[in-house]
Amino acid sequence: MLRSLLSDDLPRSRWLAVALLAILIGLAVAPFLFPGAKSLNVAAKICVFIVLAASFDLLLGYTGIVSFAHTMFFGIGAYGVAIALTRLGPGWDAVAVGVVAGLIVAIVLATLIGLFSLRVRTIFFAMITLAVASAFAILASQLSDLTGGEDGLNYRLPSVLRASFSLADGTLFGVRLNGRLLDYYLVYFAALALVLVLLRIVNSPFGSVLMAIRENPFRAEAIGYRTVVYRTIASCIAAATAALAGALLALWSSQTNPDTTLSFDIMVDILLMVVIGGMGTMYGAVVGAVLLVFAQNYLQDLLAIANKALAGVPLLANLFHPDRWLLWLGVAFILCVYFFPTGIVGRLRQKR
Amino acid sequence: MRACSFFLLSPVRGRGRVRGDAPTMLETQSLTIRFGGHAAVDGVSCAFEKGTLTSIVGPNGAGKTTYFNLISGQLPATSGKVTLNGEDITSYAAPRRTRLGLGRAFQLTNLFPNLSALENVRLAVQVKSGKGYDLLSRTLTHRELIDRAMAHLAAVSLADRAQTVAATLPHGDQRKLEVAILLALEPDVFMFDEPTAGMSIDEVPTVLDIIAAIKARGDKTILLVEHKMDVVRSLSDRIVVLHQGKLVADGKPAEVIASDIVREAYLGGANA
Repeated sequence: MLRSLLSDDLPRSRWLAVALLAILIGLAVAPFLFPGAKSLNVAAKICVFIVLAASFDLLLGYTGIVSFAHTMFFGIGAYGVAIALTRLGPGWDAVAVGVVAGLIVAIVLATLIGLFSLRVRTIFFAMITLAVASAFAILASQLSDLTGGEDGLNYRLPSVLRASFSLADGTLFGVRLNGRLLDYYLVYFAALALVLVLLRIVNSPFGSVLMAIRENPFRAEAIGYRTVVYRTIASCIAAATAALAGALLALWSSQTNPDTTLSFDIMVDILLMVVIGGMGTMYGAVVGAVLLVFAQNYLQDLLAIANKALAGVPLLANLFHPDRWLLWLGVAFILCVYFFPTGIVGRLRQKR
Repeated sequence: MRACSFFLLSPVRGRGRVRGDAPTMLETQSLTIRFGGHAAVDGVSCAFEKGTLTSIVGPNGAGKTTYFNLISGQLPATSGKVTLNGEDITSYAAPRRTRLGLGRAFQLTNLFPNLSALENVRLAVQVKSGKGYDLLSRTLTHRELIDRAMAHLAAVSLADRAQTVAATLPHGDQRKLEVAILLALEPDVFMFDEPTAGMSIDEVPTVLDIIAAIKARGDKTILLVEHKMDVVRSLSDRIVVLHQGKLVADGKPAEVIASDIVREAYLGGANA
């Protein structure tokens, strides 16, 4: 049962198993354990970014494709839902239209980029995706009639997902059973299902061909696999999954703008998540996403505590000022890459 | 194009070629590739019959590996034709040629370095099964592919190394794995490019026995590039000599090895 659910890809490390269980359970009980708007927001973001990073790992870690257009597909999914909810009103039919439209656009674009440019060398492909993604981000901010420009779109979610919706009277463990809670669990279970699907894909015969292409594309061709076709299919799956992650974000936050979905900063973030967690392991993307979203949201608070503790010390207090959080994130990243070149999961699995 | 070599060919050509009833499996017609002005393979016409083992010999730089690359599709021909079982495959890309039954082992070891030995072979088995596009089943549930891959590993006596990562295998074992991948493709035409190069003396027989076993089946066509003349002499039905991209001799092993042209080619006499 568990083997089948995890597609035979067991954690193979006690600490990794503990970490994954902690993430799974922690996110499941987050609304009750850490009540409050901010912590719930962080938990939902973690769920969304786990899916986004995992889908990026399918490209980078499993197939060896370096793409900078992944946030574009994330944005397409988010804007699909956002535009549909803005235009058609807050109903589930609008959500369905938005998700399907986003998926179609993402898959068509991924196919086109794949067929036209996956034949070229890695670095050139990376450059092409960068160009396409930049063009798309500019397009999204220029077509303000459709996308709301730089300000993005604010829209109303279907009523059952709003805070005003009450699931039942009263509270459970002191938490109101409202639409936000329902929305959170929608995001949580959708993310869980998507990660399990991706885990299945990378452990399928198709996934084994992707790894062969990563290892030695020349030989993969020589033994009879049409690498361009496999790479294009992998790109499409990754794009579709990223679009679904975007749709989840749009369904969670009731606002969609270029900064939260299309910016290059997010591209760098998911690259870091995959590299820190461990390329070529779905679990690495999960661990990496959790760590990075946590750091982005709580490193400042942590530094504020350190800053207070060091109040009297001249240089150190300044160094640990909350405004320096990006510096410390950078230092942590460098240390991570230096000490765990195969990522956290790669390191954990080594020890056995 | 052949004019200058015509004289050289005449002593041995024709006797070894006509083999009688065996049908032609693979044929190249005036196959040529030019890199700039240099013709690395220059108008080579040769037919390979079913059930035979043909050795391709010649000094370094004669164009043997390039000739292989043209046949298996790693390089596009400038002119000329390649036919497999009567089908013109000149315009086909390498993966399609492989799926049609053209199997190739490489001279420089060319594996999937970070995958296990078993996975290297299983991937080759998987090509023919057509399961490559199966996204939703678990690889490990396809026992039959794994079992067949294990059998091919056992054939090159690597069964006990199945779970070893390919890159960490000793050189000789990597060469054997290369052969196992070729076996796993179950092709009609086996192309071996110096299969024993760099192997220690006691490992060579394993590979030679495999080649002999394939030959003994009688329904496969084998092309062998090899420098060790004793190997060539004992295994071959026929020897083809390439020199400066041209086919300069073609005949029975004893005749070709004894001919002046081979001596000259191997002793560095470029000008006859």
